[in-house]
Amino acid sequence: MSIGDYIRNTQIWKSIFRHPAPRDRRNRVVVMLTNVFLHLHPVSVRKSGIELSYTWCMGGITFFLFLVETVTGVLLMFYYRPTLEHAYNDILSLRDVTTLGILRELHRWGAHAMVITIWLHMYRVFLTGSYKPPREFNWGVGVILLVLTLLLSFTGYLLPWDQLAIWAITVGSNMARATPFMGYEGPGSKLLVVGGVELIHSGSDARFLLLGSRFVGEQTLLRFYVLHCVALPLAASLLIAIHFWRVRKDGGISGAL
Amino acid sequence: MHDSHGGLSHSLQTGIGLFYFLATLMNVGFALYQHYEAKNKLQAMVWGAVAGIFGFHALAYLLHIGWPLFPWIQNGVNWVMGPTTYFLLAASGFTVLLWFRRTATEPVVAWAILMGTLWFGGQAMTNENFKNIITKPDNVPIVMLIFSVGFLTWLALRKMVLNDERIARGEPPHEKVLEEKVLVWPDLVYTELIAMVICTLILIVWAIVLKAPLEQPASPARIPNPSKAPWYFLGLQEMLVYFDPWMAGVVLPTLIVKGLIALPYIDFNQKGSGYYTFNERKFAITTFLFGFIVLWCVLIVLGTFLRGPNWNFFGPFEPWNPHKNVPLNNVSLSEYFWLYLFGMSVEGHWLLRELPGLLFVFGYLFVLPPVLAKTIFRGFFIRMGFVRYMVLITLIQFMASLPIKMVLRWTFNLKYIVSVSEYFFNI
Ligand code: HEM
Repeated sequence: MSIGDYIRNTQIWKSIFRHPAPRDRRNRVVVMLTNVFLHLHPVSVRKSGIELSYTWCMGGITFFLFLVETVTGVLLMFYYRPTLEHAYNDILSLRDVTTLGILRELHRWGAHAMVITIWLHMYRVFLTGSYKPPREFNWGVGVILLVLTLLLSFTGYLLPWDQLAIWAITVGSNMARATPFMGYEGPGSKLLVVGGVELIHSGSDARFLLLGSRFVGEQTLLRFYVLHCVALPLAASLLIAIHFWRVRKDGGISGAL
Repeated sequence: MHDSHGGLSHSLQTGIGLFYFLATLMNVGFALYQHYEAKNKLQAMVWGAVAGIFGFHALAYLLHIGWPLFPWIQNGVNWVMGPTTYFLLAASGFTVLLWFRRTATEPVVAWAILMGTLWFGGQAMTNENFKNIITKPDNVPIVMLIFSVGFLTWLALRKMVLNDERIARGEPPHEKVLEEKVLVWPDLVYTELIAMVICTLILIVWAIVLKAPLEQPASPARIPNPSKAPWYFLGLQEMLVYFDPWMAGVVLPTLIVKGLIALPYIDFNQKGSGYYTFNERKFAITTFLFGFIVLWCVLIVLGTFLRGPNWNFFGPFEPWNPHKNVPLNNVSLSEYFWLYLFGMSVEGHWLLRELPGLLFVFGYLFVLPPVLAKTIFRGFFIRMGFVRYMVLITLIQFMASLPIKMVLRWTFNLKYIVSVSEYFFNI
């Protein structure tokens, strides 16, 4: 009896995994159906769909990076307080004080990588024509996921509260003040006047809504923190669930008919 | 050549040496593949020789007697480069790639291009400015983006060419041949496991080697020059050169998102679903690739690597001088029209002043689509119907507005087509 077999025969192992090692066809089917994580997958797939050169594995890697971001993000929240007083110093001590301090690096590089892999995933879905019926809707779900991913990345960029952070967010969010009608420097906003009172000014426009203030300040930090750590991840998780469900319902990974 | 290693630090030389050593190994591998697998003696010899050249470079830099990139190349590149040449080179490279896709995706050709890039990349690293901007931790993802988009575009085009040849011979595409089903356990779950392990390793190494940047604490009083948005938005920031924020920062990004969502509903072509093909989807693929590669990725690279203080253009080997003076003498259409054409002053009510520009925009948005529907897009119009056709054409018009404004800027110094600054309405 090999060590592997011995381990698989212990009471502990058998209590966790409810079925024997999947060595024959029947068990390989059963394992996919009875495991809560594996049953995301179908039991069998078209050979062309799992060719590495077909999907480039990019959707899967994007999901993996999303999980990495979730785990490292939760850990980072133990060390970080989103206030003007603490934010920068907390990041500083993550680098200088924390043991094995690569948490921030993992989170930051993971985020950059996720932006790249999601683009590449979209790129491959386009190039294989996998958005065509019946997958139109799932492509749309994907586009929203893309927007959420970019917003997650953008809101996270502010949190270290260094020069790089606030000026990148300033440049990015300055666009909002040029929103047509809704931004105070946007075309048409000057027309929205009721009884001589301007409706859209720097304290009421789209940029103010985003920043919670007239410039990138304490309110912005709080707003971006909550969006980054709670609202956007929840929305993304929900959509990822829908996305995966639809991949299955639309007939699995696309292939030539 | 006594100053051959002038100024190159030892650690830099070692780094470049290792880099060239890797390239040597790659070529040895490729030569062996050509010899034993492809049984092509000539190719094996050529790539063996290339391996020798890389090996020579590796040795020189590892022994710290490497040389800097030849000054005439540095100066030449800096001199030739500008936003115009850069963009035109990218656009023509793109056209050549698609047109000659059969030749361009031959493995040997692609390999030669990759090797040329690696050789030049190694040489370019000897330049202080180039090295600093490429190795800035936050810019490393863009280098990865360039290589991954390059590689995957090659891969996809290659598969398209092969499939198109099959289809032309009357055979089904490669994906159709692999139609049979396989069990997810073990075929897929193990692939996933291996992919996860590899990704974890890459991420951990990356995190150990490169520290996440942390600059001085935020200070609302000190504005850095240049101030750049996060790298994935730099294509949009680059559009600010040609458009006002309401277009570059709001309207165009919104249309990109809406256009992407609309895409499956516009594309009425039933063919090419679930396999790689170019010939069956020429229009869709060309348009999308142009948008993604030339208007998105190429502009991100431009915005990150080649835009310095005051958003001025700097060649890849040019120091970022904050006092670089670039004369701006951009002129609006109204001035061209009234002042230069009729010698009249450009004052007066804005509606009259901007009439030529407004007419131009009106014509572009509302007259051009029906004209196109009657002429070159006739087939599309008939097959798509009114609504779909209008959505498609509007999206394409907005996408094309960027290159159009670029060309107008380069040729006529045209600033705005319509300029109603009173209402922040500039196009
Ligand atoms: C958080 C972001 C995303 C995750 C985690 C994700 C994940 C996945 C996964 C794992 C698959 C299975 C096939 C594959 O790996 O290629 C898939 C398929 C698909 N994805 Fe995504 N995706 C994301 C974003 C997107 C985006 C941005 C788009 C397009 C705009 C998109 C469109 C699709 C479509 C249409 C399919 C079905 C493709 C087929 O059947 O071949 N997804 N996605």
